[in-house]
Amino acid sequence: MSDSKAFSAPAAGASNGDEPCLAIRCRSVTKAYGTGYARVTALRGVDLDVKCGELLLLVGPSGCGKTTLISVIAGILDRDGGECRVFGSDFQELPAGERTRARGRQVGFVFQAFNLLPTLNAAENVAVPLLIAGVARRQALARARDALAQVGLAERASALPAQLSGGQQQRVAIARSLVHEPRLIVCDEPTSSLDHANGEKVMEIMRAHALGPERALVIVTHDARIFHYADRIAEMDDGRITNVKNPPAAAG
Amino acid sequence: MNFIALKMLIGDRARYLGIVLGLTFASLLITQQSSIFTGLMTRTFGFITDLALPDIWVMDPKVQFIDDIKPMSDTQLLRVRGVEGVDWAVPLYKGLLKARLENGNFQTCNVIGLDDATLIGGPPEMVEGEIADLRRAEAVIVDDVGAAGKLARVLPDGRRVPLAVGDSLELNDHRATVVGICRVSRTFQSQPVVYTTYSRATTFAPRERKLLSFVLVKAREGAGIADLCLRLRAATGLAAVTRAEFREMTVRYFMKYTGIPINFGIAVVLGFIVGTAIAGQTFYNFTLDNLRHFGALKAMGTPTRALLRMIILQSSVVGFIGYGLGVGIAALFGQLTRNTELAFRMPWQILALSGGAVIVICVASALFSIAKVIRLEPAIVFKN
Repeated sequence: MSDSKAFSAPAAGASNGDEPCLAIRCRSVTKAYGTGYARVTALRGVDLDVKCGELLLLVGPSGCGKTTLISVIAGILDRDGGECRVFGSDFQELPAGERTRARGRQVGFVFQAFNLLPTLNAAENVAVPLLIAGVARRQALARARDALAQVGLAERASALPAQLSGGQQQRVAIARSLVHEPRLIVCDEPTSSLDHANGEKVMEIMRAHALGPERALVIVTHDARIFHYADRIAEMDDGRITNVKNPPAAAG
Repeated sequence: MNFIALKMLIGDRARYLGIVLGLTFASLLITQQSSIFTGLMTRTFGFITDLALPDIWVMDPKVQFIDDIKPMSDTQLLRVRGVEGVDWAVPLYKGLLKARLENGNFQTCNVIGLDDATLIGGPPEMVEGEIADLRRAEAVIVDDVGAAGKLARVLPDGRRVPLAVGDSLELNDHRATVVGICRVSRTFQSQPVVYTTYSRATTFAPRERKLLSFVLVKAREGAGIADLCLRLRAATGLAAVTRAEFREMTVRYFMKYTGIPINFGIAVVLGFIVGTAIAGQTFYNFTLDNLRHFGALKAMGTPTRALLRMIILQSSVVGFIGYGLGVGIAALFGQLTRNTELAFRMPWQILALSGGAVIVICVASALFSIAKVIRLEPAIVFKN
């Protein structure tokens, strides 16, 4: 079912009195890579709103700009034009140091390739965002173990990534994205390298722990098996959002 | 973040060991070769070091180093003694004479002739006998290395019997009797050292008009040594230098006219280059391999300067360990070869040189890595 109205007429900003809380507000976002003949336009004026408490899936063919869009949203890539606010703040307007700190506080990441440090055990990997934030190691590790317990991996806290299965590694990565309680979590293909059961488990954990009244979750995916976990699904093609729709059947 | 940096470094065992070994090798080669070079250079003035008593060495102005003997006439001794500020002045003979061994072979010896009255200039340490024994007829004192080595008697079964007190040898067709065994600093020349009196040494030496090699001078108390050198030069027309200056002259000569510094310099430079190549390349590869993780850390909010601190810490740790191992192995090498022919001397300046070289290697490799991390876009984390 299409929901293009919400997409085409987005709310004005972040939570403000009676107005609905907006986690992400993107307007006419453009981004191109390279110059001259090598120039490739990845985003051609993207408008997108993500509401607080919402799980939005970003879907579309390879090369349509999904990853570029979440990179811009997460503040790890500069857009060329337009506006993009996350909980009312525009990362790009912040000075470099402040922007990095703000990103560390507000955004959690889950990557397709997990990106766990291979020489750190699961608890240490999960503790990384806390260590970046300056939390004392002992305290960070204690909180990391709690986060691992949330994703059902309390007993594997001392295991190195190489000693974990793909599904377990992704759950560690999710624990890492949750441990510092960011308001926004962006995930790039979190289930694509997992089997169906593990993919389901990962999505259930995400829904259970990454969402809240003042939090949001944006997932880039090709994996149709997880569509029913979304609150809304934004379809992208050729650098634009072409459709925003509700999922086939809402999860739990 | 230091914790993460160290875990990243040490957890990658193979690469970590590769970097440490590269730096160890560089540090070892630089330290060891420099120490051997310094040992050799120290040996060039070993004889001057052993003669601690005199303040000033007086010699022919054309003398360039300790083994460059240009004899003077004996009257120069009296002229030196006449200079104001001289407390005492004694003659010293130094020359190469042939010793005939029991088996008929000849061995060139470094013969030192000491002032008959005072025996000033004698060996710094006696192993057997006394310096005063030189006053006995035909007496000579031989250094322990020479006695046990080139002057030793070889038995028919091949065993070597060291020259001992009471044994005799022929020096330039003159009979000499060993009355003592001494220990001297190793010198650049490998000949045995034979001490005797000045008058006996000049008897052993081939007949020449001039036989006085050096005049050893002690300055009177209160007389400035530098001023006395100037007065001695002015009064006698001879060269007069302090012990330190004579050592410097000797080292300078060997540095300038022998290929030793170049040969050792090449080894040191090679150690540096190979160390840089191995350690630098491995460290850079280590950073490249971890670039994705650095990107992830950057994306998760790690400031660039914190990442740079991590790289500097990693580089410092491998540098410190590599340096410590290299210097430690070099010191062990020096200790194990202490009583052999090998010259080995490791003053703090060499440790500083080696440390400096390791720092340069670490900084260079860290800079390449830092440049990579500074340019790193955190968005790399979403590229598969």
